[in-house]
Amino acid sequence: MEKFETLTGIAAPVGDANIDTDRIIPARFLKTIKRTGLGKHLFNDVRYTSDGAENPDFVLNREPYRKAEILVTTENFGCGSSREHAPWALHDFGIRCVIGESFADIFYNNSFKNGLLLIKLPKAEIAKLLEDSQLGQNARITVDLENQQITRPNGETIAFDIDPFRKHCLLNGLDDIGLTLKHKPKIDTFEERDRLARPWLYTAQTAAG
Amino acid sequence: MSKPRTLFDKIWDNHVVDTQPDGTCVIYIDKHLVHEVTSPQAFEGLRLAGRKVHRPDATIAVADHNVPTTDRSLGIEDPESRIQVETLEKNVAEFGVPYFAVDDVRQGIVHIIGPEQGLTQPGMTIVCGDSHTSTHGAFGALAFGIGTSEVEHVLATQTLIQRPAKNMRITVDGELPFGVTAKDMILAIIGKIGTAGGTGHVIEYAGSAVRALSMEGRMTVCNMSIEAGARAGLVAPDETTFEYLKGRPSAPKGAAWEAAVSYWKSLPSDPGAVYDTEIVMKAEDIQPFVTWGNSPEDALPIGATVPRPEEIADEGKRKNVERALGYMGLTGGMKLSDIKIDTVFIGSCTNGRIEDIRAAAAVAKGRRVAEGIRALVVPGSGLVKNQAEEEGLDKILLEAGFEWREAGCSMCLAMNADKLKPGERSASTSNRNFEGRQGPGGRTHLVSPAMAAAAAITGHLTDVRELVG
Repeated sequence: MEKFETLTGIAAPVGDANIDTDRIIPARFLKTIKRTGLGKHLFNDVRYTSDGAENPDFVLNREPYRKAEILVTTENFGCGSSREHAPWALHDFGIRCVIGESFADIFYNNSFKNGLLLIKLPKAEIAKLLEDSQLGQNARITVDLENQQITRPNGETIAFDIDPFRKHCLLNGLDDIGLTLKHKPKIDTFEERDRLARPWLYTAQTAAG
Repeated sequence: MSKPRTLFDKIWDNHVVDTQPDGTCVIYIDKHLVHEVTSPQAFEGLRLAGRKVHRPDATIAVADHNVPTTDRSLGIEDPESRIQVETLEKNVAEFGVPYFAVDDVRQGIVHIIGPEQGLTQPGMTIVCGDSHTSTHGAFGALAFGIGTSEVEHVLATQTLIQRPAKNMRITVDGELPFGVTAKDMILAIIGKIGTAGGTGHVIEYAGSAVRALSMEGRMTVCNMSIEAGARAGLVAPDETTFEYLKGRPSAPKGAAWEAAVSYWKSLPSDPGAVYDTEIVMKAEDIQPFVTWGNSPEDALPIGATVPRPEEIADEGKRKNVERALGYMGLTGGMKLSDIKIDTVFIGSCTNGRIEDIRAAAAVAKGRRVAEGIRALVVPGSGLVKNQAEEEGLDKILLEAGFEWREAGCSMCLAMNADKLKPGERSASTSNRNFEGRQGPGGRTHLVSPAMAAAAAITGHLTDVRELVG
């Protein structure tokens, strides 16, 4: 997984509350068997009109937001489905950081598995960043993960909280499976104990064939 | 060990493999359900890293989202859908994962086949790359949705890295009135606490009205816990649970059954266990519900009217309502029962079980689907379909003018041939009414099976109690 250390980039405003994962990536694009290539379908049904042309009013279709690396949003971003295709589409478009008032649980987890940094901030701070994101070419903010600090175009800094383990994994680009397999002996011990405590879960299940 | 624990606390504690100083845990996963949409990249990841599936015996796979609900012997027309199902078939063969093929009678929606096979059991941790995994919580299992990277992690290690959630208890006491179902109960709950009301929590449903629900009713309630933002939903196991499980193919038998039941009886919350949030509702207050907008929280009793934006003080909320009314083609103040529909969908992991089909057939019997209405009934599995046919429910529905289909996710989410065209409007027993959920420009109203059947008969959202009162 790629590391996240510091990012300076264009921040695009997507200020609606409750932006669901169907809006982020509609179900018909989930038929892919790859993790890549979904960037062009990010926000597909609000980004393009029904004949496939770009909707000129949608923020990511306008300069400089076509190159946005940061999104600023409000409450409950990413609610709905568990589709990891949502963070994949964001990542493939070029987004590396989403800053919002709150996020849905599954989307939050999925994003960190893909090197995306999600930051939760109170309403007042989000209001400032939403203002900043309207500045077009000047909508440039810096996100510093190590120091847990966002720097606004006017130089003002905003501190943010982040779970230390998530921070550690992002800063170092750590692979979850590799980390867990370090605990293999403990997993083995659990299974040995559990086979005695709940033996009915370890017999061959009635399955296909 | 003396602090009273909730059902969630007990299941969590029973599954911790490792705890870090900061509270992040590695937890063991007892059952991993797999479907074709969220697994291809996970199996590919295993392949690239040279890893195997750690416990194929604790894994079960099925294709449900892409499969046609019409004659499957003709194959899958859409090339991407076909490739995705074929990819799953190649993967389960290569990695030795048990699989119910499309032509297997046990095939169906992943959250319907688990319980009906007795694979879902109390006290288990159960995951799937699908947010409606919360369904299995009806058995007193900790069941939740995960993304594809976590699917790969479970395949490789049979564990997940997780932090424990907070505990919420929603107690519904009393008796549900006539014509009011489990679907209405959960819509009322989501309407009350909102689409983020449960974020960070697992919700345990308690109270006499919950106890009185059948297992299928409990599954409907737990299924939509995710729509309230909760990590998972739970109902404590009891005699209803054990009755349902006894004798099912993968349920323990003989001495193992006795040992399992004894273990399951230890799971309900201890007296005095503390919940971070408690909510109490009265069953008598719940009516047949419908959704009007583009969030499951936009739920109101059928007798109500569409909200008027001008009456909403908060600017942000008003804008959201205006947007929803625009998308849904509705006017503030209009009666919900005046909303005409053109499509009815009865099915999905929320309401695709035998009791749901019985409820629809009871309304449809001796009546006709209104002129111009397309009405589909999609049983949730081949076994549900067979049972419904044994009971003659298919004939009742077909005579009334409903279509009778094969098992799959169907019109819930526009990934297969069953979808809404732009501007079409459905009464649907599924779980999400987001913009475009059932097809770009499609307009979804969520209801119970009986309410959906009633809407099919009258051609508009209808109080089912007026039809069958």
